[in-house]
Amino acid sequence: MGWRLAGSLAISGRPFIGQKTMTVRTAELLMGLVMAVLSAYFMWKSAELPIFWVKGVGPGGGAWPFWLSAAMLASTIWILFKWVRRVGPVATNEDPLFEPGMFTPVAMVALALTGCIALVEGIGIGGFKGIGFYGALPLFIFFYLKVIGSHTWVSTITTAIVVPVLTFVFFEVLLQISLPKGMTEPLFLPIFAFIYSL
Amino acid sequence: MLQRSGRMLGFALGMTGAAALVAGVSSAAMAEFQPQKPIEFVVMAGKGGGADKAVRFLQSIMAKENLASVPVIPVNKGGGSGAEALVYMKGKTGDDHTIMFTLNSFYTTPLRQPELGVDITTFTPVMRMAEDTFCLWVNVESGIDNIDGFVKAAKAKGKDWIMAGTGKASEDNLLTDYLNTAYGLEMKYVPYKGGGAVAKELAGKNADSTVNNPSEQEPFFKVGDASNKTKPIACFTPEPIYEGVPTFKDQGKDFVYFMQRSVVGAPGMSAEAAAYYQDLFTRVFNAKDWQAYRVKQKLQGDPLSGDALMAYWKKENEVHRGMLKEMGEIK
Amino acid sequence: MMEIISLLGHGFVVALQPLNLVLIIVGCAFGLFIGAMPGLGSVNGVAILLPLTFLVPPDGAIIFLCAIYYGAMYGGAISSIMLGIPGASTAVATTFDGRPLAKQGLADKALTAAAVASFVGGSISVVLFTFFAPPLAHIALTFGSQETFALMLLAFATFVGLGGDDIAKTIFSICIGLVLAAVGLDIITGRPRLIFGDISGFMHGINFLVLAIGIYGIGEMLWTVEENAKAGGKSMLSEAVITVDRIKNNVIELMGTWKTMLMGSLLGYFVGILPAAGATPGSLMAYGFAKQMSKHPETFGKGNIEGVVAPETANNAASTGSMLPMMTLGIPGSPTTAILLGGMVIWGLEPGPRLFTSNPDFVWGLIASLYVANLFALILNILFIPAFIWVLKMPFTILAPIILTLCLVGGYAPTQDMHDVWLMLIFGLVGYLMRKLDYPVAPAVLAIVLGPLTEPALRQSLLISGGDPMTFFYRPYSGPIMVIALILLLLPALPPLYRMVTGSGKKKASDSA
Repeated sequence: MGWRLAGSLAISGRPFIGQKTMTVRTAELLMGLVMAVLSAYFMWKSAELPIFWVKGVGPGGGAWPFWLSAAMLASTIWILFKWVRRVGPVATNEDPLFEPGMFTPVAMVALALTGCIALVEGIGIGGFKGIGFYGALPLFIFFYLKVIGSHTWVSTITTAIVVPVLTFVFFEVLLQISLPKGMTEPLFLPIFAFIYSL
Repeated sequence: MLQRSGRMLGFALGMTGAAALVAGVSSAAMAEFQPQKPIEFVVMAGKGGGADKAVRFLQSIMAKENLASVPVIPVNKGGGSGAEALVYMKGKTGDDHTIMFTLNSFYTTPLRQPELGVDITTFTPVMRMAEDTFCLWVNVESGIDNIDGFVKAAKAKGKDWIMAGTGKASEDNLLTDYLNTAYGLEMKYVPYKGGGAVAKELAGKNADSTVNNPSEQEPFFKVGDASNKTKPIACFTPEPIYEGVPTFKDQGKDFVYFMQRSVVGAPGMSAEAAAYYQDLFTRVFNAKDWQAYRVKQKLQGDPLSGDALMAYWKKENEVHRGMLKEMGEIK
Repeated sequence: MMEIISLLGHGFVVALQPLNLVLIIVGCAFGLFIGAMPGLGSVNGVAILLPLTFLVPPDGAIIFLCAIYYGAMYGGAISSIMLGIPGASTAVATTFDGRPLAKQGLADKALTAAAVASFVGGSISVVLFTFFAPPLAHIALTFGSQETFALMLLAFATFVGLGGDDIAKTIFSICIGLVLAAVGLDIITGRPRLIFGDISGFMHGINFLVLAIGIYGIGEMLWTVEENAKAGGKSMLSEAVITVDRIKNNVIELMGTWKTMLMGSLLGYFVGILPAAGATPGSLMAYGFAKQMSKHPETFGKGNIEGVVAPETANNAASTGSMLPMMTLGIPGSPTTAILLGGMVIWGLEPGPRLFTSNPDFVWGLIASLYVANLFALILNILFIPAFIWVLKMPFTILAPIILTLCLVGGYAPTQDMHDVWLMLIFGLVGYLMRKLDYPVAPAVLAIVLGPLTEPALRQSLLISGGDPMTFFYRPYSGPIMVIALILLLLPALPPLYRMVTGSGKKKASDSA
């Protein structure tokens, strides 16, 4: 079981820019800043509805999310304050966020998953309406087993076919939940015709 | 999060191609529509609510009587008082396999949220299956027997009189506002999540009154039984539905209010498909089980379809516009 | 008393009719399967099979649906333990200790514990149901929004100690969960709220499952990928062995947890009865109390068997409990019971106290079938354990894409919107990074489960009282619950405050994720 691409990719073990490896401490700062911005956005968005006490009614419609977002913001400031003061195990941790060689496998799985979801319905580029779950899943499984897992062709292709077929039987036939099919839709019409003629 | 716009964009472009392919598979189907894949039956409410139960009942009638050649699958899109379902249907423009079960939020939600860009007159009218009725209910221990007693008690309590209802600016809220205006009351409207919860609040004396549908409140209305916790005072119907319980019309207030229970097709649905669904739901309407359900749930309203249903929508839409304006919800 | 026993005996005659027995077994097996799939729960199973029940008589139909409901409750624990993904909100607490046990190679122990605990919880609650149905239903009826809020506060209070040592990060996690829970519609004003970027997918709010599958499914898989790479590709998802002896020993060990089981059953049952609450707060509170009662609370979250037993007894007991208001009052305690209720109405049965006198065959047949369903669910579950263990032995690089596939379709299924699949991916990636930085993620998941129950109850209560916050203390049931909740909330806040003052940055003790 090897990470075959791991060696061939220059970013191996070095996420982000250049040769410098991100430390846990740096990641803590970035996460704190991102979450602070997110909290502020939540507060701004909550303020579309009244955020103060409405007499005889109780808190306004935006109060619950607004004040909780404010608490989020306060706690991120607290986290950032501890970062500046170098308090706590995370804020003082100068180890790399990813140990050498650890970033690539995680990033590959994350990217494969993102690609798979993007393929299901498309992301609005060029009018591409996606190849549906039954198109994207075999590709995803194929990529995972063959490229990441270095499995044999037999087990790769078997899994890439069996899992989507079982998904179809379980969801579409048994549970009657239809999954998006995108441009592969017409291919399924004869299958449905066959199933419902039974 | 691009997929929403992606879907919309992709849809318009893709539909032409898909339509051509479908036509190739079954050119005969153009003359007389037959569904090619499961039919999506969108519900404007979450699982387990009144509308959801009705849809699942309709689905079971179709399955039992074998009325449709493909499965009819309920899909719950209950977000934003039906806004989610309406936007979803708009995105399904031209789709022949998507229908929706609607309530009066079909009018009120697009009126209150014009930014959705939903025009209900573009939707395809299929069939009005029923009109649900409303009554004014109180707890049996309140000692209130008629509308005069109700007005007296509600006036005495003023702003502390709690009227429980389903959702804000909903049917229940409109009726509460009507009663407040008509009888000079100051009842406080408290929204809950569903008709079942509302019924329970009244039975447990956490609320003073409701304007619930009989189907939701009746579990607590059984004369001569321990579960007889609530009772109707008057109904918003043209004719009495309970013996000895008057209508508001009888009380000199010319006010009748219904909630539609209609089936709607996606905007721009082909005429053949619309005809298919009209025929399908005519048969469902005439099924013994639906007729029995209508009686049991105190449903009224004749079947309406096609242009007649569209005319009804346009009329009701204006009625609701007026009511929401009076309420101050819209300008 | 004798009368009830003879009625129950008659009920067994109904439940043990061949057709009904077959329906119970098929229902349990199907429910077990549905419950074990991440993203699908008893709601889906019951909703989907409702129309099919027209083929059998009404008592058979409701027995079938209840068997699915029961089976799914058992099944929910399976994905919680084996994959660390709670398939339904009722199984969230089961992951806290079930997953660590599986990682330690004790998946069989956790699975056995879950099955046995479910059986005990189910059985005790059915007995309670048999003898105390109507009077309890009337107490449940008087519960209003004030009581619901007090109860939710109590549920939060039992979880105060769940986060890590870093208070700032724990508060952050709870708050983000509660804010995400507020997305969608404000029920009191009927206005859309927090519709980020005006994307219509936010209108239905953020389903708990999207966050749970994102964090526990995708996030956990990324975590395992990293650990796996560290171990040179050798580590399995979980090591697992199974022998008859081990099962026997596991069961014997479980005898020692009887106190926890009893507590979980009673708590679950009573919380389950309350119309607004249902099984989820029941199982969370049972976990919290088990931890607080324990002599070794620090072992919770690291594979304490009582951490599996408590929520599993409670969620099964609660699922029986939530049938009580449904049958005696016609009020559903959960979405699943709401659909069951719809079914009863369709079949021409009228829920309410009269049901007990007008359809005794049905009522007692159903109660008896709950006993039988419990037994079969236990047997099926134990029989399936070897199969689950076999699955865990598959190579990680084959199992991982299959689990991720389950996550994708599981994230899509509840709302049938790709929007939620994207959100799930984002939660998974961000959750994974946060976990690397010691943000506790469990509080966020709890908050998104309890938030939608808490906020409306708070606002409704205040609306009713005209904005008077003392309303929670004036009422006979909500008052005492509020006081207990506040005491529990404030007690554990003292030691960390003390630590904060002394300014020590001690190493974080537990990772509840």
